[in-house]
Amino acid sequence: MKARHKKLILIGVVVAALGAVAALVLNAFQSNLVFFFSPTQVVNGEAPKERAFRIGGLVEDGSLRREADGVTAHFRITDTAQTIPVTYKGLLPDLFKEGKGVVAEGRMNSSGVFVAEQVLAKHDENYMPPEAASALEQAQKAQKTVVAPK
Amino acid sequence: MIPELGHFSLILALLLALVQGILPLAGAARNNPAWIAVAKPAARAQFLFVAIAFGALAWSFLSNDFSVINVTRNSHSRLPEVYRFTATWGSHEGSMLLWTFILGMWTVAVTLFSRHLPDDMVARVVGVMGLVSFGFLLFLLSTSNPFLRMPMAMDGSDLNPLLQDPGMVVHPPILYMGYVGFSVAFAFALTALLSGKLDASWARWSRPWTTAAWSFLTIGIMMGSWWAYYELGWGGWWFWDPVENASLMPWLVGTALIHSLAVTEKRGSFKAWTVFLAIGAFSLSLLGTFLVRSGVLSSVHSFATDPARGLFILIFLAVVIGGSLLLFALRASQVGLGGRFALVSRESFLMVNNILLLTATGSVLLGTLYPLFLDALGLGKISVGPPYFNSVFVPLVSPLIFLAGLGPLARWKQVNVPELAHRLKWGFGASVVAALLLPFTQETWQPLVSLGILLALWIAVTVVISVRARMRTAAGWSANFYGMHLAHLGVAVTVIGVTMVSSYQTERNMRMAVGDTVTMQGYTFRFGGVTDVTGPNYTGARGMLEVSRNGKPLTTLYPEKRVYVASGMPFTESAIDYGFTRDLYTALGERLDGGAWSVRLFHKPFVVWIWIGSVLMALGGFMAITDRRYRTSRKKGRVQA
Repeated sequence: MKARHKKLILIGVVVAALGAVAALVLNAFQSNLVFFFSPTQVVNGEAPKERAFRIGGLVEDGSLRREADGVTAHFRITDTAQTIPVTYKGLLPDLFKEGKGVVAEGRMNSSGVFVAEQVLAKHDENYMPPEAASALEQAQKAQKTVVAPK
Repeated sequence: MIPELGHFSLILALLLALVQGILPLAGAARNNPAWIAVAKPAARAQFLFVAIAFGALAWSFLSNDFSVINVTRNSHSRLPEVYRFTATWGSHEGSMLLWTFILGMWTVAVTLFSRHLPDDMVARVVGVMGLVSFGFLLFLLSTSNPFLRMPMAMDGSDLNPLLQDPGMVVHPPILYMGYVGFSVAFAFALTALLSGKLDASWARWSRPWTTAAWSFLTIGIMMGSWWAYYELGWGGWWFWDPVENASLMPWLVGTALIHSLAVTEKRGSFKAWTVFLAIGAFSLSLLGTFLVRSGVLSSVHSFATDPARGLFILIFLAVVIGGSLLLFALRASQVGLGGRFALVSRESFLMVNNILLLTATGSVLLGTLYPLFLDALGLGKISVGPPYFNSVFVPLVSPLIFLAGLGPLARWKQVNVPELAHRLKWGFGASVVAALLLPFTQETWQPLVSLGILLALWIAVTVVISVRARMRTAAGWSANFYGMHLAHLGVAVTVIGVTMVSSYQTERNMRMAVGDTVTMQGYTFRFGGVTDVTGPNYTGARGMLEVSRNGKPLTTLYPEKRVYVASGMPFTESAIDYGFTRDLYTALGERLDGGAWSVRLFHKPFVVWIWIGSVLMALGGFMAITDRRYRTSRKKGRVQA
């Protein structure tokens, strides 16, 4: 084998390997993207039925209720326009509080309850998750545009 | 008075950095020895003034000077002294100052340990580092001045409780030692481009610096991971969080760089590639620093709250990364590509190693930045979770680790494949058999567990074969050789830890009333209720969990739930019984009715191996630096090259 042939083989192998890797990465990327939806969008049916997604807003005041096992929690997430009931089995994060911002990741079940696999609250008392903040903002804008034409 | 002193010192340091960045570089280009000679004293003087500024800020924190905004926001009079000191770098401004301070330390180290280097080379290296320092000082003074004053406040709003931990005392400085250390490799790379000279002695000079930075970064990441494990209360050791990814990316490229540098030194190959990696490692360090400390990650909108800061960062990144890549494009052909090698050789193995590491970096970069871009462009909010990174990393890293076993045994230039196969067949066979059988000692057999054990055993076996082969020859002690093998063994140890804890950890979340017991993996936990605790700046509840095994008491764990007085922030302090083959991890959830609590319990097999392995990797790196040949004189280096 000439040196040039070897080089060609080497380049061929590298290109093929890179192609395979790129396919792997992009495929994994595509199937693991988690999209964010506000409660209003979920009520409007924009959220996927089959896939996990994130939902964010405020934990509605007085909505938190625990089952007797102590670790299953039910609460509602609101963007002040719409609310979505959520259930979560596990320990809630330190900064989870009624009236504070929250983001949950999970799926909708058939009875319209969001089953969270993860509840996120950042580690800063005054911090509002950006997703939750934008959900509230959108809901406010939507309400204004409804009110304004009158 | 003291804060003003710090402020003036920063301004003086800025001017000195400008001198350090311009005169030596110009002097090297025009062959002016007087200008070249400015490099060392300018660098040392600049460091002195940055150190004074750093000391002034630390003093403001220690003396509770609440007229300094930065102190008010990040400290509290009842904060323990050691955390008042570490609060110095707890804020954005302070951490940027720490960055600059450490850059000064590395620069001074270069001026001290470079007596055997040509003067014009030292001048260029120090000059490039001076320019970087100038950028950071300008950023500090124009947008992030840590010494800003305001009317005296009564007291501060306290340091984030997460940062009030011994781990946070050392983690940021060590991590920055790694990040900033890559600036030396970067400066060496630009020096090669500027002078057009890149020979074996260049590689030999930049290797120890790069390896040192990499070792610090390894320790820094390891400490961050361990801290997240015990401090966040979720028991995870890696979350694929953007903050973590920001430190992993320069580490991956840095790993590629130290391997590529080996080829450049030993074989004169991969020259331009090595320079490219050095630029890449430092660029990603800069990106990581800014991603984490500018607040872009917690919200892209923070750019909007301080547009000047965001704009400066973008311009600075564009100048450093764009400028050095432009220089690379113009001058790389002068540096040359280097020697030839066969299709199967140590060079080709290391090339695959580099490709895999860069692909891994690229996939992390994609997963970290893509959501930021979409959000910044207003195209929707998405997140990329751990499943993406896990499904990408296992297939990328597995062949990489397999090669880590093969590489050190492969010859340079050309491998005699039948001979190598003959040497390794027993080791490989034994690893495969053991890897298939060992998981049966656990409750379930899983293919990924076998893969992990196979990779770890494979490294261990090849290390033994390689070391034995060397001992049979007359070759004496080589810190470089044994350091490399120690680091590779560290990889094996970490792989075992990751494999075992990912596949066999047990988690229980439940309600526990006083006197309740629960048994998990043979360990029985009895909840003894909670008592009140009062710390210097927090109050809280301390739970008691008595752990026993087969009826014999083992230990008692005291997880806490605290509320920090100044910030009102609730906080979970976990309690862990560490062990060589398993950790028992406990954390309190919330107070439920009737004195019961929700409690989180973990059994985590082999989890400490993850960090032990990382420490071995770093130790291997530090060991390699001590190699004698890195201290050969200028003359001798030339002859060998």
